[in-house]
Amino acid sequence: MKIAVLDELSRKKEALEVRSACLWAIRDFFHQEGFIEVETPIRLRAPAMELHIDAEPSGDLFLRTSPELHMKQLLAAGFSRIFQMGPCFRVGERGDRHHPEYTMLEWYRTDSDYMDILKDTRRLLLHVAEHLRMNASHHGRFASIPWQKEWWVLTVQETFLRWAGWDPVLAFDADRFDVDLVNCVEPALAEIEVPVVLKDYPAAAAALARLQEGNPAVAERWELYVGGIELANAYSELTDAQEQRARFEECASARAKNGSPAYPIDENFLAALSAMPPSGGIALGVDRLVMVLMGAASIRDVTAFQEG
Amino acid sequence: MYTASDLRKGLKIEIDGAPCVITDFQFVKPGKGQALYRCKIKNLITGATVDKTYRAVEKIDKPNLEQRELIYSYQDGDHYVFMDSTTYEQIQLDADVLGDQRFFLVEDMEVEMLFHNNNPIEVTLPFFVEKEIVETEPGVRGDTATNVMKPAKIDNGYELSVPLFINQGDRIRIDTRTGKYADRISKGF
Repeated sequence: MKIAVLDELSRKKEALEVRSACLWAIRDFFHQEGFIEVETPIRLRAPAMELHIDAEPSGDLFLRTSPELHMKQLLAAGFSRIFQMGPCFRVGERGDRHHPEYTMLEWYRTDSDYMDILKDTRRLLLHVAEHLRMNASHHGRFASIPWQKEWWVLTVQETFLRWAGWDPVLAFDADRFDVDLVNCVEPALAEIEVPVVLKDYPAAAAALARLQEGNPAVAERWELYVGGIELANAYSELTDAQEQRARFEECASARAKNGSPAYPIDENFLAALSAMPPSGGIALGVDRLVMVLMGAASIRDVTAFQEG
Repeated sequence: MYTASDLRKGLKIEIDGAPCVITDFQFVKPGKGQALYRCKIKNLITGATVDKTYRAVEKIDKPNLEQRELIYSYQDGDHYVFMDSTTYEQIQLDADVLGDQRFFLVEDMEVEMLFHNNNPIEVTLPFFVEKEIVETEPGVRGDTATNVMKPAKIDNGYELSVPLFINQGDRIRIDTRTGKYADRISKGF
């Protein structure tokens, strides 16, 4: 008798081998670069507050939606190059590119900004692709992403003017921004052969990013797209505790208005923020990176199991 | 009402009073943005397809649909008459609702009929139906191995491709979902 679950797992053997090689190459890169690997709590009292991200309750605590707030406390304590790779959880995110439990890579460096992080990212992905090319016995099966060619770096403003026909920096409309991003911009980016970076988001979409000095209409934030798939989100980190508190409070009232669950503000994080040096940081979806490397259509193809 | 998180491929919804089915569905959530539900939606009456993106907060109408089992009775000109075997109610359908399925009806056949606000909009036949070949080139004896096909007609004039070994007078089974030849019914009993 055939067991369907085992059949499905054995069909994923190649993807899981590529995934393993990918995890190895990521850790290898950061160790070579003098980063230390850290582990921060998976259960949190106060999840990072975002308007559209909900945390899974876990007893009296929450499962982390990102390790960001704890990692920044380490930066404030004098750690200058840190990375972490592990599970994160987001309620209700389920689709070809989402699963409520997924693997996130985050890294931070002090005395740097979002464009320094872009240099890390390019070197990291070249390192991973090269490791797979040298070691994998799966030649020719990978989607042929030309990582070594020059990446496109576009501002959000020029991107929207070009493909959506309006300027979100001049007059931001959050709802229209999201809809046009998925219906107009992302399909256009999917046609571009090389990796594409969208940078300088409207200030209203800054999240935890610093506003640009001399141009406070935009935040120093970028997102990386490969084959139209969003892979990573990077910031010049906001280090102004007062502004951060104001953004959290504004976010909390917007969440309340939406009927979303309320989260406490992480006071330890805010206290640490004033001691944090200027830093750049990034979150990269590891499952999606494996999807892109394999040319896989769904996150289910590159993860062994999906519960829930 | 449905909420956006109920949406999935195959779900039947109502848009501006018209019954529709979701033929393609994608959950998307741009970085830090809101959850969006991209759908391809087919109008069950006109067959027209549209793309629509729903936000998490949107409500979607639920169509008033009812599925009933009916028996096919007879053809009356351009009309096809079905009967509810418990209430004896008769229901008439036009050729355009049935499409090619009208060629596969046989007397006393049980069909599933989908009603929207009590109007019949979709008929599902049994997957296979038996029909007699009334017209085709003479068969090539013994040629059961090749995939070569030839044209043939059934009693009501419907044309399809059949294998070379099929003869006029043979009974075959047709797959009503595709309208294609399935197999020959062996004779000689």
